[in-house]
Amino acid sequence: MLIKKGAEANLYLEEWHNRKVIMKRRLPKTYRLPQLDSAIRTQRTLREPALIHRAKEAGVPTPTIYMIDLAESNIIMEYIEGKQIKQILNTMPTDEKQRLCQHIGTLIGQLHTHGIVHGDLTTSNMILTPFNKIFLVDFGLGEYSEELEIRGVDLHLMKTALQSTHHRSAKQCFGAIMTGYTKSVGKETATKVLKKIQEIERRGRYIEER
Amino acid sequence: MPKKPKKPQHILGIESTADDFSIGIVTSDGKILANITSTYMPAEGGIHPREAARHHAETAGEIIHKALKKANIRSNQIQAIAFSQGPGLGPCLRTGATAARALATYLNIPLIGINHSIAHIEIGKLITGAKDPLTLYVSGGNTLVSAYEDGYYRVFGETLDIAIGNCLDVFARKAGLSQSPGNPYGATVEKLASHGKTFIPLPFTIKGMDLSFSGLLTAAIETLHARKHRLQDVCFSLQEVAFSMLTEVTERALAHTEKPELLLTGGVAANKRLQTMLQTVAKEHNAHFNVVPKEYALDNGAMIAWSGALAYKHGITTPIEKSTVKLKWRLDQVPVPWINRE
Repeated sequence: MLIKKGAEANLYLEEWHNRKVIMKRRLPKTYRLPQLDSAIRTQRTLREPALIHRAKEAGVPTPTIYMIDLAESNIIMEYIEGKQIKQILNTMPTDEKQRLCQHIGTLIGQLHTHGIVHGDLTTSNMILTPFNKIFLVDFGLGEYSEELEIRGVDLHLMKTALQSTHHRSAKQCFGAIMTGYTKSVGKETATKVLKKIQEIERRGRYIEER
Repeated sequence: MPKKPKKPQHILGIESTADDFSIGIVTSDGKILANITSTYMPAEGGIHPREAARHHAETAGEIIHKALKKANIRSNQIQAIAFSQGPGLGPCLRTGATAARALATYLNIPLIGINHSIAHIEIGKLITGAKDPLTLYVSGGNTLVSAYEDGYYRVFGETLDIAIGNCLDVFARKAGLSQSPGNPYGATVEKLASHGKTFIPLPFTIKGMDLSFSGLLTAAIETLHARKHRLQDVCFSLQEVAFSMLTEVTERALAHTEKPELLLTGGVAANKRLQTMLQTVAKEHNAHFNVVPKEYALDNGAMIAWSGALAYKHGITTPIEKSTVKLKWRLDQVPVPWINRE
């Protein structure tokens, strides 16, 4: 059963060996040149499970990968019972929101400390389970990197995602995320990353002649 | 008894953010009476901001006269002066703003500072009839994916470094290509790309819904300098990668916002390959696809005048002391009270 038609992949909720699973299929995109299309799908199908596994080593809850079918650009993984943060954040009481966002910040910090950058931090890619765990999903645009620039962009994306989807509390939420992040990566690194985020935001869209 | 229709007002708009100086005259009910542009053509290289500004200052008088003549109105029939207050190149913006202040003061009518990016979206909506689109605005200075939500045009995706048009222009210059009036670099790259056969892998960089073109540009230039491939093939590969990136983030934003329409505008909107790709994803997401025709997709005065008309109807004017240009003015910081969806 198709549950999400994304731009990058389709998600199906299926039964597989008596388990509820998510089948993530990266279907060919007809608008792309076939060579480019298959290169992108293969690369992401390979990289996503590897990053998801590495995230577990960093102590960040992620779904279990059951199977990878490279030829079909297909990943079968655990179905995480719970609610997308996107759906619950806006209606949450302020103090609970604060706690949740701090928790998210800590998880992002753990990823970064272990050399992982998520690449698509939005509240749709975070699931709160009935046991109060936050699972991070969708590592399709992730990468291994310890570069300040790439970490900065990762958090900048989180910030803009909050501004476009949760504009009324974006500032408070991002503040709490940075508090959690700082606790996780330490003050020194957090300050550097924050500076980088500011630099990214200051960059002009007009580049005069190089 | 039916109300007697109000006499429409005339708004004059001045656009001067980059290489175009353009005057538009529109009525408050959306009729475009004039849209006259003069484009600065550098002898070589890219836009030199001061040279472009000099061109604007030198042609301003003539273009204003031509526009009034075309609209067939006298200057005292104009109710307000709108101008591009940003974002853009400083010297160019300041020239337009100076002309706007002078006209408003001389005619003793209000001044309205308009955000250039919002103007592109508003004129696109007027011309194509789109009501609530997701917009992909691609030009030499801007690359952004935006849609209206809760009082503002929100930015869902944008470039983290250079604009797509800038990427294509710089590549074209490095390849020794030239441009002429009506035949910009992008058109030449498009033509060469259509003769490309071999795809050369180049870096594909998407970060969430944001994009980065600088790595792609560097790689394309290096490929060119390595002299192992035909120029047609490099143009082809550059376009395929860059436009696939744009299409992917647009599709992400479409899936995210579920907007019923997709609007493509800006100078790069003229590219047929980009249009085809976007058409495909729009169809898949049941969104109606609109391309803004060239006259109104490129920088133009009519878009400033029309946005001015929308703002003026809602009582928005800009006092002279607040009319300083804003070089990096983001569209998501500007309230748009003329859109009311509640």
